[in-house]
This record gives sequence, C-alpha cells and structure tokens, in this order.
Amino acid sequence: MEAVKTQDIGVNDLPWKIEYHAERCTMCGSCVAGCTFKAIKVEVQKKSMTHSEGSVPTPVHTHIAIPVIKQVASLTDFCRGCGMCEKVCPNNAIHPVRNPDSRKTLLSRDAGPIKRGGRTNLNAQRTLDSIIVGRISQMTDPSLDSARHTFDIRSPFGRVLSSKELPFEVVDGKLVQKGKTPPVQFIYPLIFSDMSIGALSTRAWEAVALAVGYLNEKCNIPIRMSSGEGGMPGNLLKSDYLKYFIIQIASGHFGWNRIIKAIPHMVTDPAGILIKIGQGAKPGDGGLLPSAKVAEHIQAIRGVPKATLSSPPNHQGLYSIEESVQKMHLSMNAAFGFRVPVAIKCAASSTSVSVYNNLLRDPYKICGGFFIDGIQGGTGAANEVSLDHTGHPVVSKIRDCYLAAVNQGLQGQIPLYGGGGIGMTGNAAADAFKMMCLGANGVFVGKILIQLLGCVGNEQGRCNACNTGKCPTGICTQDPRLVKRLDIDKGAQKIVDYVLAFDSELKKLMAPIGNSSLPIGRSDALVTTDKAISDKLGIQYAC
Amino acid sequence: MCRIGSIKSKKPIPPSMALRLMLPQQEGHDNSGFAMVMQDLYGIFSAHKDKPLLSMACTQKGSRLVEDYMDAHNFSPVMELIPVPNKKPNLDIKAMPYYIFRVYDYPEDMTFQSEKQKEDLLLDTRLAIRKILSESGQGYVYSFWPDVLTLKEIGDPRDIATYFRLWEDDGTLTAKSIVAQCRQNTNYDIVRYAAHPFFLQGYTLCANGENTFYTKNKEFQKSLHRGYIGFESDSQCFLNTLHYVHHELKWPLPYYKHVITPLPFEEMEEREDKDVLTAIRESLAHLEINGPNTIIGVLPDGDMITCCDSKKLRPVVVGKDENMVVISSEVCGINEILPDRDETKDIYPNEREIVVIDGDLEVKRWKQ
Repeated sequence: MEAVKTQDIGVNDLPWKIEYHAERCTMCGSCVAGCTFKAIKVEVQKKSMTHSEGSVPTPVHTHIAIPVIKQVASLTDFCRGCGMCEKVCPNNAIHPVRNPDSRKTLLSRDAGPIKRGGRTNLNAQRTLDSIIVGRISQMTDPSLDSARHTFDIRSPFGRVLSSKELPFEVVDGKLVQKGKTPPVQFIYPLIFSDMSIGALSTRAWEAVALAVGYLNEKCNIPIRMSSGEGGMPGNLLKSDYLKYFIIQIASGHFGWNRIIKAIPHMVTDPAGILIKIGQGAKPGDGGLLPSAKVAEHIQAIRGVPKATLSSPPNHQGLYSIEESVQKMHLSMNAAFGFRVPVAIKCAASSTSVSVYNNLLRDPYKICGGFFIDGIQGGTGAANEVSLDHTGHPVVSKIRDCYLAAVNQGLQGQIPLYGGGGIGMTGNAAADAFKMMCLGANGVFVGKILIQLLGCVGNEQGRCNACNTGKCPTGICTQDPRLVKRLDIDKGAQKIVDYVLAFDSELKKLMAPIGNSSLPIGRSDALVTTDKAISDKLGIQYAC
Repeated sequence: MCRIGSIKSKKPIPPSMALRLMLPQQEGHDNSGFAMVMQDLYGIFSAHKDKPLLSMACTQKGSRLVEDYMDAHNFSPVMELIPVPNKKPNLDIKAMPYYIFRVYDYPEDMTFQSEKQKEDLLLDTRLAIRKILSESGQGYVYSFWPDVLTLKEIGDPRDIATYFRLWEDDGTLTAKSIVAQCRQNTNYDIVRYAAHPFFLQGYTLCANGENTFYTKNKEFQKSLHRGYIGFESDSQCFLNTLHYVHHELKWPLPYYKHVITPLPFEEMEEREDKDVLTAIRESLAHLEINGPNTIIGVLPDGDMITCCDSKKLRPVVVGKDENMVVISSEVCGINEILPDRDETKDIYPNEREIVVIDGDLEVKRWKQ
C-alpha cells in the first residue's frame, strides 16, 4: 500500500495528459525521442497477474515487468500538448489530451512568475468576426469581377505630406517637383512582422525571408518583412534583396553593430526602419531572449555573450515623444540619407491616440508609419501575466487613431498599420480588409507565418513554449538537432501559397463593394451584428 | 441612374433646350425633378453680368430673413426676377412659395478689394444665408455669384418647366452655358440640396453614378474648406475636389483627373512624371473616386469639362455643330437637339481623358 501524499505533483495537475494505448505500442521509442520537453519517458511497469488454465480453478500467480511510455509528472518537464508524439507514432498509440482540471498555473508560481512564449490564452475575443462586409454593390453601382478586373493593392509606407505642403510648381501647364519630400514607398498592405533571428531559428527566419524574395521577384507582390530586433545576416545586408526588408531597432539595439558596419557596403537601401517602442503581447516589457536560445551563431549576429538577453522596457535616455522624434527618428533618417522611411511600433494602449496625435503634429514630418500592436500579438518569451493581462485590443485602437486624424484632416499622413491577432482564425485577408475599412493602411502578421511553417501553438494553451529553446517544430529554437525538423523550402512555399490566396481573397472582398483601390477608411462598407461594436467603431448595426 | 447633360453655345439658348436634351433620356421612373445651372446669362440679366445673382427658393418669411441679412451686410438689390408660376391643375411639382433671382451690388467697401476677397465674401454670404434658411426651415439658397442662375425643384421635369413657363421661350431667361439634370435623389431622402448641378465659387458640377468612396471623400473634405458642407449627395464630393484641386491648390486641370482616378501604380512607375503623380496619390488618396461616375463641370472661366471613372462604367458622349457643343449621358438627347450634326464627329470620352470645351467651342481632349 502506498500512502497518499496530496502535495505531490500528479499528471492530473498538468495542462495536458498523455493518453497511451499500451496494446498498440510497438516500443519503437519514436515518441520519447521526439518529445522535446521530456514529458514522456520509458518506464518498466510491474504487473502481477493471476490466471487459471484448467477446468477447475488452479490459480497461478505471476509477476511480469513490461516497458511502457509514461507521462512525467513534473512542473518543469510537462506536456505542452504539441502532439509530436502522436505525429511520430506509427500505430496511433499515444496522444495528448487537454486536462480541464489542470492546477499548473497555480502551482508553478512558487518558482517566480511563469514565463512562456506564444500568445495570450485569455483575451482571444474576435471583434472582427462580428463585422461583416455588408455594403454590397447591387444595382446602384456594379460589383467588380475579382478574376477579370485589375486591382491596385498598394499602401503607403512613409510620411505623407498634405497636398498644400507638396513642393510643386507649375511649369508649362505641368506640375514639377521642386523640393524634397519624405520618402514614401507603396507596398503590399501585408507586412511580415518582426520576429528576430534568435526568437526564430535561422532556418525559420530564412524560410520567411525566402518567401518574401519569391513573392517580390516572381509574383509581383511587393511584400515587406521586418527583421525583428536581432540583426540580419551580413550577406543579406549587403545584397540587393535588402530592399525587401524593414530593419528593426529596439531598446536593446541587438544586431545594430553589424548593421552599422554593413551600411557602407549596402548596395541598396532597406525598405524602412522600424523603431520598436513596445509590442502588444507584452506591453511595458522589453524583449527577452532566454539564454537557452542564445546559441553561438546568435551571439555572433548580436555580438553578445551567452546569457539571457533582456531589451529594456524603454529606450534608454528617452522620456518623451518629442525627444524620440527629434533624436531617434532623425538619427535613423540621417543614417540612411533621408531616403528610407522610419516608422514606429507601439503596443496598443488607451494612450495610443495621444501618441499618434503627437506624431502627426511633429514639425519635421519624419515619422513614416505608426504600427499598433494589439494584445493578441505573439512573442518569443514573456511573463504569462503580461501575455494574458496587459495590453489592448487593436481593432478599436486603429479606428480611434484614424478618426482622431480625420477630426484634424490629417488622415493618411502617417500610415497606420495594425497587428496582433490578424489571421488568428486562419483568414487574414478578411481581417486585413476589415481593418483597412476601419482606417488601417495595412496589417502586419507574425504568428500566422510560423503557423504556416508548422507551429502548432494556439490561443487555447497548446504548446506556447517558444521561450524554452525546445520548440518541437524547429521554428523557435536554436538547437541544431531540432531546427533540422523544419524544411525551409516547404515552409517558404506554404507562406507563398498563403499570400497568393490572401491576394485572391482580398480581391474577392474588394470586388463586391465595387472598388479596385484599397478601401482605406471606407467604414460604410462594414456592418456589425453587435450593437456595442457598432457604437464604438461607428459602423452600421445589422441584425 | 441620373442622366446628366450640358450645352455650351455661341448663341444664348433657353432652358427648354436643356429640357429637350434631357427628356428623351428618361428611363422608367427616374425623371423625378429638374435642376439646372445657367451661366453666361442673357435675357433680362444681360446688363448685370458683373454683379452677384442670388438664386433661392423660400417662403415669404425666408425672403424677409434674407433681405434683412443682405441689408445688414450692405448688399443693395439691383433687380430681380420672381417668376409668376403657371399654377395649372394637376402639375406634378412640389413647389416652394417663392423663387427669387435677385441681382445685388457689392457692398461699397468691397469696391477696391481683390477678386479673392470678393469671392470669399460671396461664398460666406451664401453660407450665412443657407444657415439662416436651414435653421428657420424657410427655404434654400443655391448660388450667389455673378452671371450664374440656379433652379432646382422636385417633380416631373415637364411639369416643372410648365410651372416656371420655361416652355414659353419668351427670351427672359437665356444663357450660353447650361448644365442640367432631371432627377431628384431616388436613393436617399429627397432634399433639394441633393439635386445636382452644384455650384461653388465659379465651379459648376453634376455627376451621375454612385460615389463608392463617399465616406472617405466626405471625411477628408470636411476639413479642407469651409465651403465643403452639406454632403446631401455623394456627388457633391466631385465638385469639392474640383474646387480644391483647381481653385485652392491651383493645379492645372488635368491633375483633377489624376486625383480622382489615379493611374494604377504599375502605369505610374513607367511615367516620367512618376514622382509628381505618386506624391499626388499619397497626399490626396482620400479624394480618389472608385465607383461608376461621369462628371460634367463648368470652370470659372466658362470652360466646360467632362470625364468619367477609370473603368468607364458610366459613359458620356459629346456632340457638336458649328454653334453648339452638347454633352450628354446618352446620345438620344443630343440627337433631339442637334439632329443634323455630323455624328461621326461625336466623342465618346475614354476612361483616361478629360474633354474640355473652351469659349470658342474648341474641343480639347487631354489624356491622363
């Protein structure tokens, strides 16, 4: 008899339980080898059996010892529900099952705040799903044909001047530009968001970059990708493909030593610079790259020792928007000869409108984009309390900022890009379209890209182990053994295919409202089945 | 759908000519009103071309309110036309009690002021009168500008013409330029201000079709100029944009087309002037139109223009003889008033051009 020890950790205290069918198991060991979290182990199980073979009871008592797969009852090596065991098992003998009785989040805190990666597991509400494209061209004006008509799907990235500020002169009946204007690029309204080399494996980052190259070079889709805070490969910095990349600078300045050294050797300008102030998944926190992921090549790119890399929550020596504009924006503009748009990314916040107003009124006309990142954004590593309990939904915030600009007649001057949960349900085109009707010039996506590469994480607590260095899909790890699980070409192809579908779907949404240009701010095209959303966003209520 | 039309003539023509242009174009139930802007006036107004002419429809009380305002602001009346209507029974018209077309002298202190100051005064005066009449619910003011007369009413265009005795062609009202349209708004509330042509500081415009970027246009225009108000019709946005590009920014007319229907990015990229075109597209993205529309306009110098949307979803045709150029949604209207013209010279403007008719009736086609 065993004594009951109620305070011991049991598998029923964990978020996932392994369902194992010993009778189907071939003992191949693939599941144990494939589990990066060491959540299952091979154990020898003692069995005692009594059987009788004769016509009258002749009980024989035997003891056998058989090998089985057993879940580890541990708060550190626990099952994340990634399902790699199930994927690898040839006989369907094992799979994880969600445990509604989990006590993990309660019990784990005695080792300090819980850290994990991924996304919020709490605030995954879907405002965008209550919004419908409800203004359909029917008789008053014709719908377009998404397959036959041509569509002009481009958005500005860069500081746009008001028409009265354009340095035009009339010469022989034609307008001629006499002065310089801030750099503006027209790009595809879907930006691949900033996931660093470090947060991602080099192979995952390369797969995304490969997709960007292919989409630009072969598909005529001018998509741009932000590097994330962590530098870029030297060869890429010195290549012509740099023009497709937005280089990010965040408070840790990781990777910038190498970038600055590469500037004299650059053969083209980058697409832009993105100053990261904050991100939606963990607003108020800085960047965090746990030492488990700081492999040798990461140390080389970032120029750091092997240690946990924390970017501070704010840019050092900076205490106001005005100062940020005057120093950070100006210096980044100057570094690239005022030829490259410099934009800023902030976590969505109840103060976003104030920030946007302030940027709109900057006399230098130097902020080339305002990226707002909502609470449903992802991250490589954060405190769980940040992921679930801090942040702001992005939909109403984009709308608030757009309408604030409308009230001043400044709409469009600093392009708005929204992210954080775009494509959460798989349909990024519908999300992007609705965001644009509400005032965004475009959207940025991150999680969906790694999901296309093979990430199995979701908002219901599956996996979300991006911080551990044990990513089972080889995407968010630097372990050379694990990163080989990712097929770069196949991953890039998935992303390309997705974006091509996105493009078709965007046209499918533009066609019925009769528009061949992007309907930025066309809130009249939307209706909502939720009265509260109707009131908040100023769009028609329908039921 | 609205059919729209205009006539520019070497000789003064009566409004009945515009009605004859418009009526054959009627389809089904769409002749629900009549509106026209006459410019370069002859007849009883020919001696007062340099003085502002107020066009309004109001009650007796409204008339008094306006007289008080004009008095208080030192405008002195010079002459007026108050049509005596033909109140034949069974006319389909929702008439207002009074229609007043009154010529004023500028206040004395304006004598040595610049043209711009005079223009601003006329606009501000019209806006003030509009406010007075709207707030009191006593009427509507359509234009207040030298040599410009506006008439708008709800009902059957034939009956409206009978009511105002426009079929009589007695020479009282004639002009060398008329822009007209025969429909009240059948999609939204019927509001007199929603009937085009619209007029603003020398610019006249009517447009048909649906402005699918109405919300964007409106939200942007509201902060561009004090004269951009009302928005009872989505077509007003086309006038505001014309006024903004040509009058406020002082850009040459072809850029109006670049603003409302910008070239696709790929085509822009191939152009020598891509920097200018791109900058325009960036800065005035909210003035783009992207639905099915045809526009007919008149500029302050009297030039008449027409253009259509970038997919040519709403067509327009220009016909002419030696004395007259006619622009019309449908060719049947032109056939009615210019039956003997050379039809082979009719122009069906394409989606990338503006057609401009100058004072000598020379027709120019500007490719975008």
